[in-house]
This record gives sequence, structure tokens and C-alpha cells, in this order.
Amino acid sequence: MHNKTIAQISRDLAAGEYSSVEITQHLLDRIAQQDSTYNAFITVTAEQALAQAKAADENRAAGNASVWTGVPMAHKDVFCTNGVLTTCGSKMLSNFVAPYDATVVSNFNNAGAVSLGKLNMDEFAMGSSNENSFFGPVKNPWNHDCVPGGSSGGSAAAVAARLVPGATATDTGGSIRQPASFCGVTGIKPTYGRVSRWGMIAYASSLDQGGAIARSSEDAAMMLNVMASFDPKDSTCVDQAVPDYTANLNDSVEGLTIGLPKEYFRDDLSAEMQQQIRDAVAEYEKMGAKVKEISLPNTHLAIPSYYVIAPAECSANLSRMDGVRFGHRCEDPKDINDLYKRSRGEGFGEEVKRRIMVGAYTLSAGFYDAYYKQAQQVRRLVKNDFVAAFKDVDVIMGPTAPSPAFKAGEKTSDPVAMYLEDIFTIALNLAGLPGMSIPCGQINGLPVGLQLIGNYFNESRLLNLGHQFQQATDWHLKTPAGLV
Amino acid sequence: MALDQDQVRNIAELCRLQIDDSQIADYQKNLSSILDLVNQLAAANTDGVEPMAHPLDAVQRLRADLVTEDNQREHFQQIAPATDQGYYLVPRVVE
Repeated sequence: MHNKTIAQISRDLAAGEYSSVEITQHLLDRIAQQDSTYNAFITVTAEQALAQAKAADENRAAGNASVWTGVPMAHKDVFCTNGVLTTCGSKMLSNFVAPYDATVVSNFNNAGAVSLGKLNMDEFAMGSSNENSFFGPVKNPWNHDCVPGGSSGGSAAAVAARLVPGATATDTGGSIRQPASFCGVTGIKPTYGRVSRWGMIAYASSLDQGGAIARSSEDAAMMLNVMASFDPKDSTCVDQAVPDYTANLNDSVEGLTIGLPKEYFRDDLSAEMQQQIRDAVAEYEKMGAKVKEISLPNTHLAIPSYYVIAPAECSANLSRMDGVRFGHRCEDPKDINDLYKRSRGEGFGEEVKRRIMVGAYTLSAGFYDAYYKQAQQVRRLVKNDFVAAFKDVDVIMGPTAPSPAFKAGEKTSDPVAMYLEDIFTIALNLAGLPGMSIPCGQINGLPVGLQLIGNYFNESRLLNLGHQFQQATDWHLKTPAGLV
Repeated sequence: MALDQDQVRNIAELCRLQIDDSQIADYQKNLSSILDLVNQLAAANTDGVEPMAHPLDAVQRLRADLVTEDNQREHFQQIAPATDQGYYLVPRVVE
């Protein structure tokens, strides 16, 4: 039962093959038996899940069922869940029981979905390996010595390990696509503003975007149908009609032009990786798509620009964690400054502290023009590269990450080496474009992800291209060795 | 760009972050290497380029100035470390 996709579960529930309570209990048992290996969940909400499942079954019996009624899923622990621990992977929020639901959480609840719990992540979504979580690292189901990627490492690992068919996730610099790539699952980051950020704990507000991780493009489309909405409570949410993302999955890709950025295929990308990606693109050529080499000349400036903008925004966003209104407070503060400094010093991990400090430094008097303003100008150059490219091509493709999953501990001592992991994903966040990663091959038994980059609000096209690839190939059906 | 240890201590103070003295050298090394990375920005020619604050160049949406929220103070203060009579308690700041 745990190998079923969201689409299959939805059909099975409608056909009465099993009840929501049955599949929910099956997955809860599986999590209880197996998650000590992966550490993908921070909190399992068994009682609430079974109550939701029972209500879903009753609604179905009363004739009030829709596609999501009774379908299990789980949330990244960055989304606030009313009455349920919401930690964001941090000691700072290790006692934070959110007093309200994020809009994304409400959307799933209203759709009738069953939430199994809250998934592990890098602290405050800062990281590319899930090694920055206060609740411990997550293991990659394909190889337990390897990281699952980050920051949505718990989401990707839980979906890959068949603990849950789909999970919410967020992406500020690659945090959906890179873990999806490392864990051999499908992940989509929509256009900035497509999914409400309300109740999604903020890291870098002009870059953060919620999205989905699942085992197929069709499932990702079903998740996005629930997640995407206009939300007046998020002032950067875009007031634009939400299409049915499943409607165009079967469209032909014949005649589409795929752009391959030459900057994404440089000599420092291994020959094996180049071959995997080119083989995947060749699948699309077989379907009648055309390929064109393009240039995104400011690619090399994306990471430096991001590591000014994101820390600057995080230093502001995380100032709310002060030990006064919620979250961790130090013992016996001797004065207000001591309260702030020790609560924050004890509550935040090292990577979070580094980014807060970089942000405060680059925003400080005298440095603003050289850092923040320059970074915002470069950000426009990065965006302009994509705008120019999309005049000639329908979609851009390349690797999601420079390599398959790396070993745990390999990059923890060098933050900059970890940052370079996001070289192919980060530019999309700066530009606000939608991107997706689908499994397209393997190197030494570890999955490789193909990144698909679409024009603004063209999520349907990405999901269509993902689905067509998954009709022609079976990489998305591969299961980690030893998975029971 | 290398920061010295006093600069690291000063930034930590501005951020209200307690950092153990034994860790200052680590922060000094890592923050300096991050600044080296972002200093690559200096080489970019951005003359006449408008800074980009929002990916879609959107402007702030406004709403009518009407009450939309009920008072939920008690609900929100349930998770506070220390409160009294509706106030958040902190160490004395006024002598």
C-alpha cells in the first residue's frame, strides 16, 4: 500500500479498495517501524491523522468526497500547524506549538487530506544537506552514509522511503529541487508568489516559496492544485487565477524548444553527470522537442548575490526570535540584553548564526551600496538572462545539482563548499522562476535529477514535461535497494 | 576579506548573539570566507541597473483600513515564556 502514488490512493479510496483509516494506519505503522533509520519526521501526529482519516471516511460515506479526501501526506516543519509542535528544525522553536495554521496547511485540511506529521529540515531552512537540524541529520534512503540534501531533506527522504506519498516543502535557494534530486523523487518550486507564505516561517522573504515533493509529476500537480491560491494574508502572494495543474499533463511536447545553458555544462561538471543529463534531454528529442544551446552569462554571480540578499533578509526575519513572546528563553537572564543574547545564542545553531551575522554586516552603515544594493542590481542581471533566454526557448533544462548525494560530514566544515551545491538552483529563486527536479538516471546507485526551468507561471508546462518523461521512462519508479 | 576578532565580536553584539570566546576564531574564519565569496559581486558592471527588490516587480498591495482580526491575546500568550495580566515579562529595563 505504501508504494501507491497520491493519484492511485485517490482512485482506490474512491473505488472503496480500502479506507482512509486503513492506509493512514498502515503508513503510521511504517513510520513507527522505520523512521528511526531515516529521522525524516520530527513529530508524528498519529492521533490527529486518524481523526482526520475517520472524518474523511465519514464524508465519503455521506457522498461528500473529492480527490484529496482521506489522502495522507505530511508537512515540512516550516509550516505552522495549529496546536502542533512547529520547530523549523531549531532549538529556538523546540517548544513552539503554533497557535494557527499556515494557509498551505489550511488548504490541505480543507481539501480533506490527512497530515501524518511534521518533517525534518535544516534549521530555519538554511542548508543543503539536512545536517543543520537541531533534531539530528536525515539519512538518504538510497545510501544511509549519504545526505538527503536540504533544506527539505525530511520531505524528500520520507517520500523516497515510502513513508508518505507526498510532502510539502519550501525552496529559497534550491531546498525542494536539490533534495528531490538526491533522493530520486519529483519536486516542484512554483513561481515566487504562487503559493502563500502566510504561516510559513520566514527565512528570506523575497526568495522563499512553498512547493511539493512527491513520487511523480502527476502527484506534484495534484499537490500544487491544493497549495496554490491567492491569499490576501500574504502581501507578496500573486492575485492570479490558479489553473488545474493536472489538465495539461498529457499534452504533446512535440515542437517545443528546450534551452541548454552552456554555463550549466562546463568542464567542472563531471562527464558522467553531463551524459546523464544529455541522455534525459535526448528522451525529449525522441518525443519531438528541439534543443538549442543558450547562454545565461551571469550564472556565476547568482551565488554571491544570494549570499548577500538571503542573509540580509534572514537577519531581519529572525530578529523576532528574541525569547520574549515565544520560543526558547535562557535561564535567569540578568538584564534584557542578556535575555536576547543568551536566548538567541543558545537557540540558534551555527549556520543560522553565521547567516544572521553576514546579513547584519552587509546591511551595516557604509556597506549597504557595496553589498545589498549591488546584490539587488546583480539580481536583475540574473533575471534578465532568463527573460532573454525565454524569448527563444520554451523551457530550460540542466542538472539540478552538480553531483548525486554526497557523504554525510563531507562539507560540514566548509560553509562555502556547501553553498556551491546550489549553483544550478539558486538563480531561479533570484529571478522568481518556477523550477522542477525529476529523477533521470543514476550514478553508482545514487539518483541524478534533471532540472526543468519554466517561464513565470508556467508550472503546467513543467508538470507536463515531467509527466511525459515519466510516461517514457521508469527512473521515477526505481526504489532504494533494501527498501521493504 | 578578512574580519578581525573584534569585528566578529562587534557583529555578534549587534545581532544580539552570545558567542563563546572559544568559537570566535571559527566564526572569524568562516565569515571571512563567506565575505570573500560575496565580494565577487564587486566585479559585476551594474551601472544604470535598477536594483530588484521583488522578482515580479510587484508593488505593495493595500487594503481598506478596517478591523479584520479579533483580539486573540490570551490565545497567543499561552506559548509565551512569561506573562502577567496580558503583558510579556522581561527583566527590568527601567530603574
